[in-house]
Amino acid sequence: MAGAGVVAGGGLLSACVDKSEKESGEKVKALTTDGQIIEVDKAVIKTPRVSIKESHEGIPGRKFVMVIDLAKCKNARKCVESCQKGHHLPQSQEFMKVYLLQDSDKSAPYWFPKPCFHCDNPLCVSVCPVGATYKRTDGIVLIDRDRCIGCKFCMTGCPYSTRVFAWKHYKEFEEDKEPYSPEASSPGKEGTVSKCDFCPDLIRIGKLPYCAQSCPMGVIYFGDIDEDSVTNGTETFRFSDLISDRAGYRYLEVLGTRPTVYYLPPVERQFPVDRGFNDLDEKIKNRYKETPYGKTHKL
Amino acid sequence: MENKNTREKLLREFAPQIERASATSIIWILFLISVIGLGIYAFINQVTQGHEVTGMRDNVVWGIYIVNFIFFMGMSYAGAIISGALHLFRTEWRKPIIRMAEYLAIISLLIGPGYILLCIGRLDRLPYLALFGRIQSPITWDVIAISTDIFGCLIFLYLSMLRDIANLRDFKELKLPKWRKKLYSALALGYTGTPEQEKRLKSATDIMAAMVIAIAIIVYSVLAWIFSVTLQPGWHSTIFGPYFVIAAVYSGTGVLIIAMWVFRKIYKLEEYITRKHFVAMGVLMVVLAALFGYFTFSDYLTKWYGSEKNDENLIKILFTQYYWPFIFSNYIGVLIPLIVIGIPKLRSITNILISAIIVVLALWINRYLIVVPTLESPYLPIQDSRTAWVYYYPTWVEYALTAAGIALFCLLFTLGSKFVPVMNVSEMSEAPKSGGQFKSEESLI
Repeated sequence: MAGAGVVAGGGLLSACVDKSEKESGEKVKALTTDGQIIEVDKAVIKTPRVSIKESHEGIPGRKFVMVIDLAKCKNARKCVESCQKGHHLPQSQEFMKVYLLQDSDKSAPYWFPKPCFHCDNPLCVSVCPVGATYKRTDGIVLIDRDRCIGCKFCMTGCPYSTRVFAWKHYKEFEEDKEPYSPEASSPGKEGTVSKCDFCPDLIRIGKLPYCAQSCPMGVIYFGDIDEDSVTNGTETFRFSDLISDRAGYRYLEVLGTRPTVYYLPPVERQFPVDRGFNDLDEKIKNRYKETPYGKTHKL
Repeated sequence: MENKNTREKLLREFAPQIERASATSIIWILFLISVIGLGIYAFINQVTQGHEVTGMRDNVVWGIYIVNFIFFMGMSYAGAIISGALHLFRTEWRKPIIRMAEYLAIISLLIGPGYILLCIGRLDRLPYLALFGRIQSPITWDVIAISTDIFGCLIFLYLSMLRDIANLRDFKELKLPKWRKKLYSALALGYTGTPEQEKRLKSATDIMAAMVIAIAIIVYSVLAWIFSVTLQPGWHSTIFGPYFVIAAVYSGTGVLIIAMWVFRKIYKLEEYITRKHFVAMGVLMVVLAALFGYFTFSDYLTKWYGSEKNDENLIKILFTQYYWPFIFSNYIGVLIPLIVIGIPKLRSITNILISAIIVVLALWINRYLIVVPTLESPYLPIQDSRTAWVYYYPTWVEYALTAAGIALFCLLFTLGSKFVPVMNVSEMSEAPKSGGQFKSEESLI
């Protein structure tokens, strides 16, 4: 069901259909603007090339929002892996990070996937000396890799440790064949900062961001706050209902950054927290050794 | 008016260091150049292999480069504030040491910004700061402020050297190659000491002295705001502007005392730089020690007492992982000068020198403790299996470039002292104004 073709609820289909392409034989479903589901060949769907100017302005009339359901996360790490693949990231860079949090000694530990919060009051944007990182009309905060001077001020400005720096030239960066666009999941560049971009290139062709697409538990909902709908690919909710029914909140609201990522608290969980350690790579497991949970459970 | 005899006596005394370099000084200069060479090698490494060769990673994105940046900029502002204030108040004991303070201001100002460049991932895009500069960003404030400061300090230093340059031009006994004589006469701008020229120079120097004080305070506050405008625990503090200014002047007095001691020793200036000068600078250092201790205490007290979770965590780290550096920088670094200079019996030149060295080290560590532990304890706990991503350890590249900065500082100071005497000859040959004369150290207290 998930997989390639189903377009996000309320999504817009802006894929160009190019008849001259050879057919691949693989059909995908797509939603037209008048609400019809159609089948088209995979090869004919192309991402419209977005100019640098367009990628600075944002998708008109949209305001994106993400909802992460902590009750369902079991640290499967599919979001991290597909994001790394989609964005040509080296192993050492993660746009999506999964934390094991525990708010206090007696409170329960829980898994906490953390993308960029695409704040409405983004400190990273304020402090950037060259306008390399910017806020778009659709709410997305992006980085222009060709503008960034690598001063890392945005990294100290962000209170959520979201941004990553290219400390050297990684071989994954060489995959850069397409002309550069800040929103096209282009590979990074040595000496510049990058981060989660909400995958605007996928949104434009009506797909969900990599993390939301790939989560086997459907933890990550993505949508439009003006359309008041979010979907994880299988279920679609009214955003406002979901937030009010499940007591959605934003992380560290007290800082006043006004994130556009909401969390649903880890109540009535589908999995115990230690399921998150199943089949986990030893290196990844070591990350959680020094957490309060890791110490008491001798990871 | 300058006293001609005193001037000639002084110039004759300084002639050897201006005229030639002794064997020791050549070895010293070669040593400094080789340290700088090592720094250049480290820098090439960093450029070709990327910033991975440093100990900085995604959490601790700024390391000892920024610490050195704050430190050198601090010394510069200290030099500017001390020389500006001493000049404006016509303090009599300033005369033998004011040139050193001016050198301190300008030399550290030339080195400091180099360290922030070392933190920049794409040096090739440096022009973007001007091309696409955004005034909202504190970095842009810093760029504007620092360039203004460099400009202001250069003018101030030049104005205060002008009379001595003219003296060197006119001093016929000086055996120098032709090009240097030509350089002096070009730089002297035709100054001959007519009453009109003297009047103009005096008012220009006064204006610049006042300006450099104001600029220095603004620039160092801007630097502090780079930290305090962020939301990071330990940085997000309203006190940082004045705190940084005080810390800067404090560390600068320490460096100045060390410089006084070194030049007194190598150029045999015992006759001019005496114990009373050390005591006078020491008293200044004590006042600043008290202020610095007060600011440090206020900052940490309020963080600890109200104890927000992240502040509490930071304080815990400072008092466990960084216990000795914290005690050294914020207790010993404050108490030693208070004791040594506070008790008149202990005020020997050596004791004052030792406390100055302690102050300088303490203040460098103080900046380290402001920058690094905060970055090691962000809001979201660092969960990483790579030790380098969790804790910051400077690498040889960073140490080499730190050493190179210090070497460049010493080299420029040495060369500066060979170009124009480290003491303001023209001011020293002026008769002290009645009433303002500095009689004994007792009059200080």
